[in-house]
Amino acid sequence: MNELLLSLADDELVIGWRDSEWTGIAPLLEEDVAFSSIAQNEIGHARALYELLTDDADALAFDRPLDAYRCAPLVELRLLDWAHAIARRWLYEVADEIRIAALMEHDDAAVAGLAAKINREEAYHRMHAEMWRERLQDAPQFRAAVDELWPYAVGLLPEEQRDALAARVGRDEVEAIERGTHTDELAELWNEMTMVRRSAPAGAQW
Amino acid sequence: MVTAAQVWDALDEIPDPEIPVISLVDLGVIRSVDVSDGHVRVELTPTFLGCPALEAMKRALEETVTALGAEPDVRVIQDDSWSTDKITPAGREKLRAAGFAPPPPREAGAPQLLQLQANVHRCPYCGSSDTTLENIFGPTPCRSLRHCSSCKQPFEQFKTI
Repeated sequence: MNELLLSLADDELVIGWRDSEWTGIAPLLEEDVAFSSIAQNEIGHARALYELLTDDADALAFDRPLDAYRCAPLVELRLLDWAHAIARRWLYEVADEIRIAALMEHDDAAVAGLAAKINREEAYHRMHAEMWRERLQDAPQFRAAVDELWPYAVGLLPEEQRDALAARVGRDEVEAIERGTHTDELAELWNEMTMVRRSAPAGAQW
Repeated sequence: MVTAAQVWDALDEIPDPEIPVISLVDLGVIRSVDVSDGHVRVELTPTFLGCPALEAMKRALEETVTALGAEPDVRVIQDDSWSTDKITPAGREKLRAAGFAPPPPREAGAPQLLQLQANVHRCPYCGSSDTTLENIFGPTPCRSLRHCSSCKQPFEQFKTI
């Protein structure tokens, strides 16, 4: 199993879940729409990436034990205030752009082609994140949220891509909160997102 | 024995599951049709990867090929080969007539917020370009929301991909 693609797919699945949690409770109706649509795209990216790795994307997405997920702690956090939610979206999109650009140069044409497709869609997520960053950049709550999440954001990327992230975000690189151990919040989310499949016997038809 | 031209004609009768005024051929999502020995291979390119209509499109293609008396092999191609530029001129006009502003052409670089905010997008109802961006996102991943200041009508704008 390709660790890099699995990590990316798991990040996209889990951030999609977290983004979808704003549906119906965002501070503006337009943001209910935006976060729902972004979540749908991210989960669509996860599915397409899983399909590069397996014939059964659902099984890979939902039938693994918690420890087998490769997502980064940044996407696992349950963030219930808007400043944190926007700080994560912005940091995530800046980091994601760097790793997607690298995958677009991948030797495997299937990987490079899918990365190019994902990149087209992510352009709209980046616009949305940048628009909100501009709006909130002088708000103390937003700056504090970025400070708090920055070590998590560094942990999204492999070592060789972290300089580029620090330069784009305009911050010094710090010790990362690395991928590999999970937060307690992921256990709660895993329980929720796998519940329906665990409740039915293997081979159930939906 | 069915021919590729007959297959294309039949596929042109399949409506898009979400915007039935336009066919899958108009939408440009059929990348290729190959016919050999009663087998028809169709390459389908998704619009957006998270599009929930993809399964319905795949099923409709399979049923249509089967109805022609051939064995379908529908493959979903997940690369960058589909673009909103592939929507046919007839398809763009059908979208506009149904109240969906067709997408601006794909440019060399990624789309920018300033372009979306610019007053160049025409209202599909009255033709005015005095329109404003309300939301980059809309009811489906492929659309944005705009408002026409001239006829006071909100409308859906296809995103350029």
